[in-house]
Amino acid sequence: MNSRVSIDRVFHALGDPTRRAIVERLSAGPVSVSSLAQPLDMTLAAVVQHLQILERSGLVRTHKAGRVRTCRIKPAGFSLAERWIRDRRALWEKRFDQLGELLNEPEEG
Amino acid sequence: MKEQAVTHSTFVIERSYPATVQQVFAAFADPAKKRRWFGNDEATEVEEFEIDFRVGGRESRRSRFKADSPFPGQALINQTYYLDIVPDRRIVFAYTMAFGERRFSSSQSTFEFLSDGKGTQLVYTEQAAFFEGADGPKMREEGWRLLLEKLTAELA
Repeated sequence: MNSRVSIDRVFHALGDPTRRAIVERLSAGPVSVSSLAQPLDMTLAAVVQHLQILERSGLVRTHKAGRVRTCRIKPAGFSLAERWIRDRRALWEKRFDQLGELLNEPEEG
Repeated sequence: MKEQAVTHSTFVIERSYPATVQQVFAAFADPAKKRRWFGNDEATEVEEFEIDFRVGGRESRRSRFKADSPFPGQALINQTYYLDIVPDRRIVFAYTMAFGERRFSSSQSTFEFLSDGKGTQLVYTEQAAFFEGADGPKMREEGWRLLLEKLTAELA
């Protein structure tokens, strides 16, 4: 996809407060479409329209199992495990930088 | 509710320091030296840091996230248990990390101290087990990070 189009779609998707509320809710875990609609106080059709915009922007993915459609945030390409390892490595790299600084200081008697 | 899963991962970090193995090892073995490079970061304030560097000894660190961090006031607890120590050669330990009472990872780690021509090579190997779903406040933050990563990826 043309990258300018996809950036525009992401900004358009997040530019609406209802869609931001949906995304906020989904960041805590997957939710069914009907559960999403309840607190938003709008018709199911209206929620579905918002979800379509979110899906087209690549931010959200929906999946139907039986009669239930579930929505979730679409991972950006890294799994949770990969990100944890990356964060853990970064923590140690920082510590080893600080170790290097300590070792560079002149020895005290 | 999502079923809890454990993710296992191993990674290695190698560093080179222009110092002798004795000097580098001392930075691990001497509590006063260790406190100066371990446990300090911009986001947290160290509240307690006890060190008992011997086989069977424990090391315990409690920090708290600062007001301007993503989790203000949240306690971060690191518990370490020393499994094997060979002076100037090797340190093996196990450690867990927790947000308050909630442990979210457990690891076995090894430090190897190798003398090369110019100084010391430090090899760090960590075999980590991450407990998915256990890091409550972090999970929420993750959702937004995913979005930011996606935006970053698009803009790159």
